[in-house]
Amino acid sequence: MAVNAKTLNETEFFYGHKACAGCGGSLAVRIALKVLGENSFAVLPAGCMSAVGFNFPQLCFGNNAIISTFAGTASMLTGVEAGLRAQGITDFHAVGFAGDGGTADIGLQALSGAIDRNDDILYICYDNEAYMNTGIQKSSLTPFGARTTTTPAGKNIHGNLRPKKNMFEIVAAHGIPYAATASVGYLNDFMRKVEKAKSIKGTKYIHILAPCPTGWGIKTNETVEAAKEVVDCGLWYLAEYENGEFTLNHRPKEFSSVESYLKKQSRFRHLTDNDIEIITASRDKKWEYINKNFR
Amino acid sequence: MKPFLREKVPSGIDDIPNVTAYEAGYLVTKNSGWRNFRPVIDTQKCVGCLSCYLHCPDGVIFRKDGKVAIDYDFCKGCGICEKICRPGAIVMEAEK
Repeated sequence: MAVNAKTLNETEFFYGHKACAGCGGSLAVRIALKVLGENSFAVLPAGCMSAVGFNFPQLCFGNNAIISTFAGTASMLTGVEAGLRAQGITDFHAVGFAGDGGTADIGLQALSGAIDRNDDILYICYDNEAYMNTGIQKSSLTPFGARTTTTPAGKNIHGNLRPKKNMFEIVAAHGIPYAATASVGYLNDFMRKVEKAKSIKGTKYIHILAPCPTGWGIKTNETVEAAKEVVDCGLWYLAEYENGEFTLNHRPKEFSSVESYLKKQSRFRHLTDNDIEIITASRDKKWEYINKNFR
Repeated sequence: MKPFLREKVPSGIDDIPNVTAYEAGYLVTKNSGWRNFRPVIDTQKCVGCLSCYLHCPDGVIFRKDGKVAIDYDFCKGCGICEKICRPGAIVMEAEK
């Protein structure tokens, strides 16, 4: 049976945490753990979710959870999985929750190694598009034009100069058994992907876009809306990689306005018409590629 | 297991574990003080679609009698539930 709000495990495993109000990352972690259930062993590197989940003595995970080194999410998952296997435990899910910096910058090598070994782990990257925990510094998953504290917007330079790293396809290029993208604006799609990953042996990777009201400059109640809109305007997409093939899961009939998506967020408010044209053109180029190569 | 509030708050040096492990789901503080507005559910209007329950980042909305209720001890008042509620059964009321 498909997982949805009605069939979802009613137990909360991530509760009482100190994330900012309206946090997209904590929503992703909460829902993933509800799908995975009690027997999940979570690994969290330095990042928002470990900072808000483990404030001793306020410990907000109801399942087994541990903090790893910043770079070592995937390698610790490897160890957790091997340790459980050595103890003869078979009914478990080793799951990692790392942010965009902990995945695409700092933890990339360990993740690449784990995929190479095809360890039986699930790696979830909650992508809030900057190092939000330490005060909004640019990561390699920060999109073009975004203002962060290390890519300020001035008269000559309008925020981040570089495009968002294509983490999903980098992971897929390893020939991983299962990889997917998701968004907290489309939770049914995300739950289906976590459910699917549960049943697959080998390394699984899910990249979920999770807006951050604090870093993006949106209201706390706009998180889910922003995560929907980014998919609807084509700047993010819901796809899967399996058996060497890419599948697109959601095709917007018509893209909504990129400008309207960007201008709602204070990190993009400085963008000129020319900047928005660059972003729209890169979106169109990306979709040309998707239409050609994704099923 | 759902994390829950404990009576004992580790404070002295003897209470602090000498290994890097502790009991899971050990809560000692509430988050209710973060809130300026509280979501209030009109159970007459609620159709039990569970959209608010699904989208709450803090998981404070729980299922009750075919509808939903809120754990105000941990609600931070972000307002996502109000925004996502199609029948308009949730209103945000200022905390006094």
